[in-house]
Formats: sequence, C-alpha cells, structure tokens
Amino acid sequence: MLVRAQVLVCGGTGCLSSKSDKIKDAFIENIKALGLDNEIQVIQTGCFGLCERGPIVIVYPDQTFYSHVKVEDVPKICSEHLLKGRIYEPKAYKEATEEELAKIKSFGEVGFYNKQLRIALRNCGMINPFDINEAIGKNAYQALGKCLTEYTPSEVIDIIKKSGLRGRGGGGFPTGLKWELCAKNNADQKYVICNADEGDPGAFMDRSVLEGDPHSVIEAMAIAGYAIGASMGYVYIRAEYPVAVERLQYAIKQAREYGLLGQDIFGSGFNFDIDVRLGAGAFVCGEETALIASIEGERGMPRNKPPFPAEKGLWGKPTIINNVETLANIPVIILNGWEWFSSIGTEKSKGTKVFALGGKIKNTGLVEIPMGTTLREVIYDIGGGCPNGKAFKAVQTGGPSGGCLTAKHLDTPIDYDNLVALGSMMGSGGMIVMDENNCMVDVARFFLDFTVDESCGKCTPCREGTKRMLEILKKITEGKGTLEDLDRLEELAKMIKDSSLCGLGQSAPNPVLSTLANFRDEYVAHVVDKKCPAGVCKPLLTFVITDDCIGCTKCKRNCPADAISGELKGKHYIDPAKCIKCGTCVKGCPKNAIVVQ
Amino acid sequence: MKSLAELKKIREEAANRMNLRAAKDGYRVAVGMATCGITAGARPVLAAFVEKVAKENLDNVIVTQVGCLGECALEPVVEVFDAEGNRTTYAKVHVEDVDKIVEEHLKGGKVVTEKTLEVIKNAK
Repeated sequence: MLVRAQVLVCGGTGCLSSKSDKIKDAFIENIKALGLDNEIQVIQTGCFGLCERGPIVIVYPDQTFYSHVKVEDVPKICSEHLLKGRIYEPKAYKEATEEELAKIKSFGEVGFYNKQLRIALRNCGMINPFDINEAIGKNAYQALGKCLTEYTPSEVIDIIKKSGLRGRGGGGFPTGLKWELCAKNNADQKYVICNADEGDPGAFMDRSVLEGDPHSVIEAMAIAGYAIGASMGYVYIRAEYPVAVERLQYAIKQAREYGLLGQDIFGSGFNFDIDVRLGAGAFVCGEETALIASIEGERGMPRNKPPFPAEKGLWGKPTIINNVETLANIPVIILNGWEWFSSIGTEKSKGTKVFALGGKIKNTGLVEIPMGTTLREVIYDIGGGCPNGKAFKAVQTGGPSGGCLTAKHLDTPIDYDNLVALGSMMGSGGMIVMDENNCMVDVARFFLDFTVDESCGKCTPCREGTKRMLEILKKITEGKGTLEDLDRLEELAKMIKDSSLCGLGQSAPNPVLSTLANFRDEYVAHVVDKKCPAGVCKPLLTFVITDDCIGCTKCKRNCPADAISGELKGKHYIDPAKCIKCGTCVKGCPKNAIVVQ
Repeated sequence: MKSLAELKKIREEAANRMNLRAAKDGYRVAVGMATCGITAGARPVLAAFVEKVAKENLDNVIVTQVGCLGECALEPVVEVFDAEGNRTTYAKVHVEDVDKIVEEHLKGGKVVTEKTLEVIKNAK
C-alpha cells in the first residue's frame, strides 16, 4: 500500500528536551505493532514554533494537531487515530480562549499560525531536516540554479538590493548594499560567513532555522558566494547548539554528495564549499569583527571599523557576514522576485521578522510576522496575552541591547526605525513580555548583569562603565539608592553609548535608559519610598500578618528562619530582623492573611 | 548536480511523496474505519482509494479515515465531501467500486447513484 498518512513529530530543541525523540520512537514501534508501517510514515521535523504546547505532533493528511504529547499517549493516538480514524481528543489542540475551548483545531486553523506569514520559517516543521530530497521537494536549490544559469552576479545583487532586505541579526544594514560593497573589492579570495552565534537570552530563531531547514542557509550562502565572487563559506555557530550543528553538518555533507556544493555547480563553473566553525558561546562573538577574530583562532574581541569586513575581513580578505535568518530569506526572494518581497512590510522595513516570544505570555514560541504588525497583535492575537489574568506591563525587545516598551507603545507597527525611535531595537528578535509582577529596575539589572558578564574588556567604557552601572542598580534594588544615583546612571549610560568600541557596549545601557524613561516612578519608589511596587526586590519587602490571622500556627511551623511567633488561635507576628523574605508563609496561609508591603 | 533538469526530477519525485502535507481544497474522501468497517473490509478499500488517487495525480483530494458512521450493517461506508462541504455517503463499498467512484465522482463530479447509502438501504 502507498503511504496514506504521515506523522510529523517536532524535533526542535524545545520539544526534544521534553522527550520528543522517544515519542518518535514510540510512534514507529506502535505503528509497526499495528501492522501499519507500510502505509504510515513517521518523520522528525524542525520546530513548529508553538513551543508552549510542545511536544507537538501533526498527522497528515487530516492536519490533526496534537499538543503536549507524552510517550504514554502514543499507543492511544495510534490505535484510535491511525488505525480507526478517530481523533484522540484528549490531546487534540484546542485554543486557549473561552469560546474556542471546546473546538478541536486542525493545524491550518490554529490561531497562533493564522496571523503569521512564514518566509524564513517556511519549511520549519514541514520537512525532515535530514532529507535533502524533502528540501528539494520544497524548492531548495532552485534559486541557486536560477542564479547560476540566468543571472550575472551583479544582477543577483541588484535583486537583493531592490527587495529591501535588511540584516536580521540586529543592525538592520541593507543586505544588498553589503554584498555590493564586498563585490567591488578585488581579491584572490573572498569569504561568506553565516553568523549563527545567536546570543540574546531567549532568542532561538536562528537555531530553529538551522534545525528545521538547514538547506535554506546553505543555498543562500552559495548564492552570496556567487554574487560577491567567493568560493568559500563558514558557518560560525555556538557549540551549545548541538542539534543544529549536527543537522547542519549532515546537510552540508548531503549537499556535497548531490554536487550542490563543490566544483562546477550546475555546470556553471562556479565552485563553493562550506565549513562549520564552532564558537564557545561568547555574546561578543556575534559582533562581526570579533567573530572573524574567533574564526582566525584569535581571542574573540572586536576591532575598530573601518576597515569594514567587506574590505578587510577574514584573513584580511573581503568578507560578508550575514545572519541565519537574513540568509533564509534569500532563496525565496530570488524565486518569487524582489517585487513580491518588497510588497510585504513597511516603507523602510521589508518582508517579515521572526520573534522569539517569551516571558509572561500564554503562547511561548517562535512567530514570524510581516513588518508593520503591531506589538498588540503579536502579544494578544498570536501570543494570547499574559497568563493567569495578570495585567500587561512591558515588553522587552532586542534582548540585552534593546529596551522596554510599555502599554502606550502597543499599537506601534513593528519595524527597525519605529523600535529605535522608541529607544529599543529590533535586535535579533527576542521579545520578552512582562506583567505586573515584574520589577523594571530588576529587569534592567538582569540585562546589565548579562552584559557585564559578556563584555570582552577591550575598551574601558564598556568594561568599567557597565560594571559601575550594575553596582548602582544593585544599590537601588537593595534600598540604598538615592535620587542622585538616577542622574549618575543616566549620565554613565549616555557616555558608554557614545564611547564604546562595538555594538555590545554601545547598546548595553539601552535596558536602563528605556526603563528610566518609561518607568521612572518605579525607580523613584525604590530610592525615595524604599519600596518595590512589584514585590520583587527582596531587601525592600516587609512581610506583615494582618488581623485576618486565625492563629492556625501553620506559618510559624513552616518558617525556615523561626521568624514568626504567636500562640494557637492568637494573631501571629513576623520579626522583620529574622525574616529572610522567602515567601513560604504567604504561600501556605489558608486565610491569605500575610501581605507583602 | 550538473543541470537544472536533474534538480527538477528530484524535486518532482520528492514533491509527490510530500503531497500528503500540502493544503488541499478539493474532495475529501473519508473511509469508515471503526471495528465494524475494518471487519467488513474497509482497509483494502482505503488502500485502493489511496493508490487510485495517487495514480491519477489527483493532488487536491484528501483520502482519510474516520470512525464509525453508525450504519454498521452497511459497511464499508465511504463519505465524499466536496469543497462546499456537501456530503455523499456511499455504502457497501468494495475494492472493485473504487475505480468507478474516483473516475465518475472525484474526476467527473457526478455521484455514483447506485452505491449511495439511500439506494443501498432501500434495496434491502
């Protein structure tokens, strides 16, 4: 019998960590036991994006979307759905909203995907990343063939320029222009580098593209090589992405076997090959000159620009460096034309952007939206809003280099320039949502803590300045700050922005500046009233038992610090000197009689 | 890879294998595959539909299976839904009927009247 159904099991890192590989094996085993192995195929794919509901399994052709699948559900899904054709309802996806709760949704109807436009993620979750034939079945390498046989290198650059594609790694530099600058420089050797050193905490779109559709990046690098006249490419990827590394290396091997990398590709005389370089996971190595130094075997530190890499890059040769997501867009632009691509998005930001939605949001995951979509649509329509009925407070975009936007910015269309105008940035596309229980001073401290850790130490403003800023922030969260500290913080922040050597230092103060601008009252509450309104900064909290206390003695018995006194049936008291502010008493109180002030 | 034609050949073969995963808006053929259907011989019928649809390159047709439709005495039961959602229920469908349903209904748009549930039921 021909294959009549295919079971797609998500094999992205998120789902793998909740045992999706065991789920895949269980499907294979159960399908075999039922004698269906000739007619039903099991395929492991890349990330489907809706990580919150993982592990995810989709059954085709009916497009049934199963979420939160566990190994023990597999026999049921097999015997009910695959054998008897009845959807196994307990695991079928239902929307989180009330009115939709009862309805089972098939993959095509899930609201999370409806508002999205998947270009860079077009094949993620759709194909088997270990099978080059499936990628080719989805048009992989057709754009490369078209470029090599129909276009001259300068025509390729022209298409990319006209498409309006800008770098998706953070800076937003026009990709076509970058290629043109490099193509103009004559040299015996040039290089194409794919920057897969995804370092923003919480961002994982590049990992997902490499895990789900590695051939799109390989193809785009070859196209870039043809356009600028390079015959060698490197993918610089962090070693802490083992699944992505394995799939990428396997894909490169397959592409070589098919002659899509190597000598005389498509009989055009064009040669191109790719090698993988593993990074040790330093944030600064996402900066292009530091990345180049790291590939060369030097310490990963940035240097002054100019000369730009397009002029003097890897081993002193002209080099272009493009981010994974940027590259994943290239083949589609070639196949569908620049007119198509530039019709999507806003005036100065074309196409789509992938965001890693995280924090206090219902649908954690990867979303790809057209530029110009508003923050509200992303957070509420796609993300489902904050969980547990909490109020939305802020959204942090751009990771440690970005800033916090508030409810008043929710209707801003997302594009490069709008975000910068509001004091944040696109960055690589991290989007962390915060609710009323997040303290903005603490959030700023968290991100600065990260940059202080990751600062390479080469230039003084970044090395010393961020550290001093962190000290002031710590002082504030401990209740020892003064109003003058806020001014000093701002002054330092501006100085570091202006005088740091590379993007890391230049953007490191952003989380502080944007929270100072949008949530100054919270800073003031910390330094003047010595209170943390969100109840996060422990040194500023006092735990008090109200008159609702019934004297059950539970808090007294549970307190790890013996800070609570009181007799049975009498009101209890907390000794502030002994209290370690762990919150155990609050959680355990049957009358909610303990409040945090 | 030395030519675009070579790539095209691989692409077409792979696209055929992945056709199950493409979005479709044509007919949907649902074969009743509960215990009653299976014992009445629904499995070979399902197989015959899958094969015939693939052979005829009917890219827009989904062949799937469903549970018991309630007419256990008239199994195997096969339902055909068109794009507007109109439903035709066939009863006592056997492998030898599949060609005709595919040819006349899925390709020609004409219901195979003699195999519909109503006709079979009244004939009893």
